Amino acid sequence: MPLLTRLFIRTSLIFFVFALLVGVLLATQALFDLPSFISALTPVFFHAFMVGFVAQLIFGIVFWMFPKYSKEKPRGSELLAWLTYIFLNAGLALRLIVEPMQQTGLVARWKGLLVVSAVLQWLAGLFFVANTWKRVKER
Amino acid sequence: MPRVSIWFIRSALIYLLFGFTLGAFILTEKGTALIPTAWQLLPAHIEALLFGWTIQLILGTAFWILPRFPQEPKRGNEKVIWGVYILLNLGILLVAVGSFFLIHSLLFFAGRLLEGCAVCLFVIAISPRVKPFAS
Repeated sequence: MPLLTRLFIRTSLIFFVFALLVGVLLATQALFDLPSFISALTPVFFHAFMVGFVAQLIFGIVFWMFPKYSKEKPRGSELLAWLTYIFLNAGLALRLIVEPMQQTGLVARWKGLLVVSAVLQWLAGLFFVANTWKRVKER
Repeated sequence: MPRVSIWFIRSALIYLLFGFTLGAFILTEKGTALIPTAWQLLPAHIEALLFGWTIQLILGTAFWILPRFPQEPKRGNEKVIWGVYILLNLGILLVAVGSFFLIHSLLFFAGRLLEGCAVCLFVIAISPRVKPFAS
């Protein structure tokens, strides 16, 4: 298994645990009178789970197991794959930090960082699609 | 990789980029409050990434990679899987378009119905291939 796949999978497992901990916190709020900050974590829960865990796990497995691009470059562009990993995680981490703070009004002046997060994640998606497209083939 | 799996997976990649694009618009709106209509994209964003990307990728990969039969057709009836592909993608389009143009309920119902038919067909077609190898 390539190093990058191991990184994708290990990071996805960290997001998996993180998402479920946030899920427990959200469920706890229904039982006890916790600070309103907690309810702002709903998008954090969904995106940590679906992007951080599910999509990232898929990205790692696809990079490892899909048909080889060529003998010289079996996994396509390593650079694009690394940029996918870095941009996806930087963008997601930024979102998970800034979004709940912005929703509770703690760091209203930093909310422009959400645009940076959006661009980073979008680029990660673009790089993944560009690098994978050529490997979706009969042989 | 069989041709129908190529179509499933490439369509999934298109939906991934489409879903990420909608998500980027929504997140940008959260950060700037410049495009309030972006929230209208939320159901299409969810549909594209859940059914268009994740589920479609899983179906295409499963048809490609699950154990094959010893005799032809080794992956079972590929025509049925083409039917699954068409029904699923029509369903996703109807749900996404319906939610965007606020003619939600009728298109949403038709879309979900098509998706449900696609999934049932897929389960029937793929079940015999859930078996030990070489049997």
